[in-house]
Amino acid sequence: MALPPYASTGQRVWHYTFRVICGLIFFFLIAPIVVVIPLSFNSQDFFTFTKEMLSLDPAGYSLKHYRDFFSNPDWQDALWNSVKIAPAATLLSVSLGTLAAIGLSQPHVPARRAIMATLISPMIVPLIISAAGMYFFYSRIGLAGTYWGVVLAHAALGIPFVIITVTATLVGFDRSLTRAAANMGADPVTTFFRVQMPLILPGVISGALFAFITSFDEVVVVIFVGSAKQQTLPWQMFTGLREQISPTILAVATILVVISIALLTTVELLRRRSERLRGMSPG
Amino acid sequence: MAEAVTDDGFVVFDRVQKSYDGETLVVKDLNLSIAKGEFLTMLGPSGSGKTTCLMMLAGFETATHGDIRLGGQPINNIPPHKRGIGMVFQNYALFPHMTIAENLAFPLEVRKMGKSEREEKIKRALDMVEMGSFGGRRPSQLSGGQQQRVALARALVFEPELVLMDEPLGALDKQLREKMQFEITDLAHNLGITTVYVTHDQTEALTMSDNVAVFDDGRIQQLAPPDLLYEKPENSFVAQFIGENNTLEGVVTEISGDTCVVRLDDGEELDATPINVSKVGERTKVSIRPERVEYNKERLQEGAHTLRAEVLEFIYMGDIFRTRLRVAGNDEFIIKTRNAPDVERLTPGQQIEIGWLPQDCRALDA
Repeated sequence: MALPPYASTGQRVWHYTFRVICGLIFFFLIAPIVVVIPLSFNSQDFFTFTKEMLSLDPAGYSLKHYRDFFSNPDWQDALWNSVKIAPAATLLSVSLGTLAAIGLSQPHVPARRAIMATLISPMIVPLIISAAGMYFFYSRIGLAGTYWGVVLAHAALGIPFVIITVTATLVGFDRSLTRAAANMGADPVTTFFRVQMPLILPGVISGALFAFITSFDEVVVVIFVGSAKQQTLPWQMFTGLREQISPTILAVATILVVISIALLTTVELLRRRSERLRGMSPG
Repeated sequence: MAEAVTDDGFVVFDRVQKSYDGETLVVKDLNLSIAKGEFLTMLGPSGSGKTTCLMMLAGFETATHGDIRLGGQPINNIPPHKRGIGMVFQNYALFPHMTIAENLAFPLEVRKMGKSEREEKIKRALDMVEMGSFGGRRPSQLSGGQQQRVALARALVFEPELVLMDEPLGALDKQLREKMQFEITDLAHNLGITTVYVTHDQTEALTMSDNVAVFDDGRIQQLAPPDLLYEKPENSFVAQFIGENNTLEGVVTEISGDTCVVRLDDGEELDATPINVSKVGERTKVSIRPERVEYNKERLQEGAHTLRAEVLEFIYMGDIFRTRLRVAGNDEFIIKTRNAPDVERLTPGQQIEIGWLPQDCRALDA
């Protein structure tokens, strides 16, 4: 967006002010994450930049916090719990969310908006309220403190994301394609897997990614619903922050940031590739 | 057309009604019998119920009342995927994530057909629509006309006995449309398939069909071969809807057998053929086709009825002349004359005498 030659002084001033504002917003969003990364290589057990670090002395840096993360059984258990819970919750969110989105996209379903609003509500209701509610409900039916309890709770939190992304892809979905499939002799299940699913896959993948991330860094609900056996990474970080203030948390945070970026990139690349293959957007 | 269908056609609609909201009927009382191998067109303005009828036949809508039979079997309770009817959709509905060959393979795969047989049929179907070399492409890489051909091949590849087409040529340009009209009728007749074709384009309906069912207001207004439909419309809707038509309004003053006398609103009287007027004193719309009107006295046939007219506009259209006249108070009276060396070109303001035979002048409902 170059400045046109006829721009007045006011326009010039605004042009540069606008850029500064954009930069500030970006800084505001990114700074807390970026600061964590160098600190995680701190050779001291503090959350501060030491003199050695600031003068870029190699002695000021170390991988000790990473070593701690990979050797400390507390952290390893937490990592393992997260890895067990997040994929299961994602799978559940994706299956239920996709089905719900498809059902709600049928024009003849009564009270579609009300049902949609209910399903989306975990995203809007303050987490602490959902968490408290789930705790009381799950205690009654014996799910509190169990692996499946946490998976179900996380799935409920992930479903809104899946519904929203899949509904968005369904808006552009041509109903006559499923009719054509039926007309050619395909039963509804075949039609779903061979025609509808491949075409809404990009939305399903995006939804799955959000659901996974939701479960992977969720802390409030898991504290309420889970027990010590379901202590996930975020929970462990939370306790770590309160009880021992170890920079290992920073190492974990860095690893999580890297994983998130890697996931987002892979999924986006996959999604673009599948869209191109399906001839829906020009390569 | 209200009597129940008694004969056993290949496709039969028997007193079919359809309502979407439970109050207003979109299809009011449909009785239609389609013979095996027939090319039937459902023609009508939008909202006339023709597409609803097609959707009921395909199974995507259910009839509120009445029976639909296919080959003698009632199909009301058979889901679309078990009906074995081929269909070409308005927007083609090709699967964008599959190649052309995969699109054609789809109906064969769901029928669990072997690979070699499948490939042979796909090849034959693609060759039939001259798309043999496009099997590996994706729908988005084809032009509209090519997609249209593929859609046609896909509807025919599993050899259905009945093919439905829902305004399949609507998105094509005029030249391609005319070419495809010819190809579709040719294919349908060569393969001996029964075809039900829906369109709002009357030229398409007239040029392609064995029979045309004209729909309006949820009913079939007339079911007839194209020539009868054009030359002998049975009511004023059909007369107005098919082709160009001149209307003069008046009152029936005499009826005797197959002739009647109509007094036009300006007092002139003319002879006409009564079609759906039954008694003296009834208001009527008299319909005359523009090309049946003659103004050259030497060519006027014996028994022709003449009226005075004033020329308002003369349009040279190349092969024909289109002249607008004022006749009995009607400013929109059109006549069409073939461009021939001996035909007089009229000039606006000229007073002429026009005439036609009473059998070309049909007294219809007002």
